[in-house]
Amino acid sequence: MSAVPNTSMKALTLRLQDELFAVEAGSVREILDLVPITEVPNASPFVNGLINVRGRVVPLADLRVMFGMDRPEPDQDTRIVVMEVEIDGEPTVAGILADKVHDVTDIEAASIEEAPKVGMRWRPEFIRGIGKRDGGFIIIPDLGRIFETQGARTVAPAASEERSAS
Amino acid sequence: MSFPDPTETFRQEARELLEQLESGLLDLEQNPGNDDLVNSAFRALHTIKGSGAMFGFTAVASFVHEFETAFDRVRKGQAPASPELVGVALDAKDHIHQLIEHPDAQISGGEEILEALRAVLDGAPKGGAEIDLDATPEPQLQATPAPEAKRWRLRFSLPSDALVHGTNPLLLLDEIRAIGPCVITPITDAIPPLDLLDPEAAYIGWQVDITADDPAAALEDVFLFLRDGMELSLEQLTETETANLSAPVEAPVSEPQTDPMAASTPLKAAKTSPKQAKIADKEPAPERQVSSSMRVDAERLDELMDRVGELVIAQARLTQIAAQSSDGNLKTIAEELERLSSGLRDTTMGIRMVPIGTLFGRFRRLIHDLSRELGKEIEFVTTGEETELDKTMIERLADPLVHLIRNSVDHGLEDAETRQKTGKPGKGTVRLSAVYAGAEVAISVSDDGAGLNAERIRAKAEEAGLLAPDAKIADQDLWQMIFAPGFSTAKEVTSLSGRGVGMDVVRRTIDGLRGSIDVATTPGHGSTMTLRLPLTLAIIDGMLVRVGNGRYTIPLSAVEECVELPEGVEANARGRNFLDIRGSLVPFLRLREVFGTAAPVEPHQKVVIVSSGEGRVGLVVDQIIGNNQTVIKQLSKLHSGIKSFSGATILGDGSVALILDTAHLVAHGQSYVDHSREQGRAA
Repeated sequence: MSAVPNTSMKALTLRLQDELFAVEAGSVREILDLVPITEVPNASPFVNGLINVRGRVVPLADLRVMFGMDRPEPDQDTRIVVMEVEIDGEPTVAGILADKVHDVTDIEAASIEEAPKVGMRWRPEFIRGIGKRDGGFIIIPDLGRIFETQGARTVAPAASEERSAS
Repeated sequence: MSFPDPTETFRQEARELLEQLESGLLDLEQNPGNDDLVNSAFRALHTIKGSGAMFGFTAVASFVHEFETAFDRVRKGQAPASPELVGVALDAKDHIHQLIEHPDAQISGGEEILEALRAVLDGAPKGGAEIDLDATPEPQLQATPAPEAKRWRLRFSLPSDALVHGTNPLLLLDEIRAIGPCVITPITDAIPPLDLLDPEAAYIGWQVDITADDPAAALEDVFLFLRDGMELSLEQLTETETANLSAPVEAPVSEPQTDPMAASTPLKAAKTSPKQAKIADKEPAPERQVSSSMRVDAERLDELMDRVGELVIAQARLTQIAAQSSDGNLKTIAEELERLSSGLRDTTMGIRMVPIGTLFGRFRRLIHDLSRELGKEIEFVTTGEETELDKTMIERLADPLVHLIRNSVDHGLEDAETRQKTGKPGKGTVRLSAVYAGAEVAISVSDDGAGLNAERIRAKAEEAGLLAPDAKIADQDLWQMIFAPGFSTAKEVTSLSGRGVGMDVVRRTIDGLRGSIDVATTPGHGSTMTLRLPLTLAIIDGMLVRVGNGRYTIPLSAVEECVELPEGVEANARGRNFLDIRGSLVPFLRLREVFGTAAPVEPHQKVVIVSSGEGRVGLVVDQIIGNNQTVIKQLSKLHSGIKSFSGATILGDGSVALILDTAHLVAHGQSYVDHSREQGRAA
């Protein structure tokens, strides 16, 4: 379990359905309007898309899948946050769908708490911490862990299919 | 762009020369009497010594000097090129390599190698005194020449750009002095007035009167790398001239005689003959051979490939826009640009293609070392050296091939005694071959050893939990077990004939290159490991197809033909998936099933028939859109587990399309359908 950030965090806040999320602003490369998404057959639903980010083919992830949320159709507020995440120690550029991107803000270290083990509908290991602001909560997801888990899950069916094939 | 570091240039050059030296030495082991090989090894040493000294690699220069001195005896026929000598010389080569790569580290062992080298050479009959050129020039200079020694007059002037290319005339003169006692006089006629003087040009020539039996060969060595474009003449002096020389009367000539440094004093006038002046006049326009190859940083090539990739994508977009436009000019330009970018793509790819022989060379050394280490006699046969592969691919193949060859020799080949008992020649054979197979290259390592032991591999696999105790498994799949991680770490495996050490690494690397490994083995007769690899990792021609709402690219090189899916076949959809193409049976896959496409089945589906060496498989698609240049973008780690795609590309409209891995689809054809049906049931 990653430690709760102990310094204040410069974060980009974004909305997924009715929850506010915060990601490291330093890892954000750019924020795009919705672009055509190519579906990757047989990929895990979390990362079953590919997009073109100025000549680069970048995987597109949908955090809503990980947090068990509905996936409504994109609207005019939908954005893609292009970020650099570490997967198995390798920096990888990936896009994240956001229902709306708010702003860049400082979240004080003191206001961030470890995710409670109970009372949450999400798997606690996917959450680095929960910040408080204006009386509401901001969820700080552990992107590295989420991507690593999902990367592994994508491999699994293909590998088993390999075995059945041979 | 930074100016290339000359030290790095030297290193690169030296690495290549050392490789050359190594392969020369290995050849020499096979043909001990070949003078050309000896000479080329000697030349390589000489160059390393010279440029090493020039770039401040003094340890290299002095070690190579000793090495060269010893090797010179082989060249002069005073010692034979025995296998022992080659062995020591290879050690020496490794030592030089170390010295070059780590110039600051204190690398020991050099003295031992030289000692061993001398020991090997001293075993051979000596031909005259110890040859140590540089150490003894002074006494020679003082010594009265032997009566039979002849006098020669050498005149030479360097190409005018010699200094720019790093030639140091002082070193040349030193080398000449080492040949025999000599009198050196500069020829300065060609020096222009100061305002016309180019400080980087070489204007001075030299006249050297030298006492030696026959300096021609030695001089040849001195000027070995300067011969193009330089003036050089050598004539024997007559008795009278010799007399003149020993009693100098011409003041301008005699003056520099006493001062070795005079050679570098250009302002001192010297009397020269008209002929010499003429030679000097010709200097400014020397005929130089144009270099036919150049060294390019691999990184720059990668950069170039990226740029070309971007250009190809941009061009595809332009073509698409032009096709929708009614502007004739735009269409013309788009077509022109398409032609240009396609040409540029091919050229760039061509630059990156390297014959695989460059890689094979280093395995000869490996075999040589393994043979010595394990005491097995091995014949190493390579074929298909001229097969070309992308440079990046070649680099990444080196390690897997080392593993495979090591395994063949270590575990595959039996010792001579065992071999002879089974009626095989005592000398084992390892073959390394490369051959084109469609859009792929097949590289195989085979041995005539014992072959894989199915029972023991099976036992091991069961023990490791890779296989259920009573599970049925095809041999082909059993062999693949040896690539499982951790399979080989147990002691039992090294003792059985199965291979294993690092095989999981081999598998991972080959997977990373989108290749595959086939294993074939016959008990008692050896095994063959075949690596199948795509030709390139960069750009291919592709056929764009549509399946449901998704668009996919099929590498055109794998496409054999396209046919319409007969209506009748559709009715039997769940029964048999075979087509009758001109009398031969071709199985087919419905890509919409493989991909789990939800969109309703369309009429008039097409079948793209692809091959990958093994067989032919039809891929059923909804529509064939057309051909396009496809810049291959690797999929990220997140999708690297999905084997049906070898990458992705960006289409003319800026969207992304996946590239089908046809080899994988062909190999695992039917299982896809089964798998997707299972998924369908589970959902």
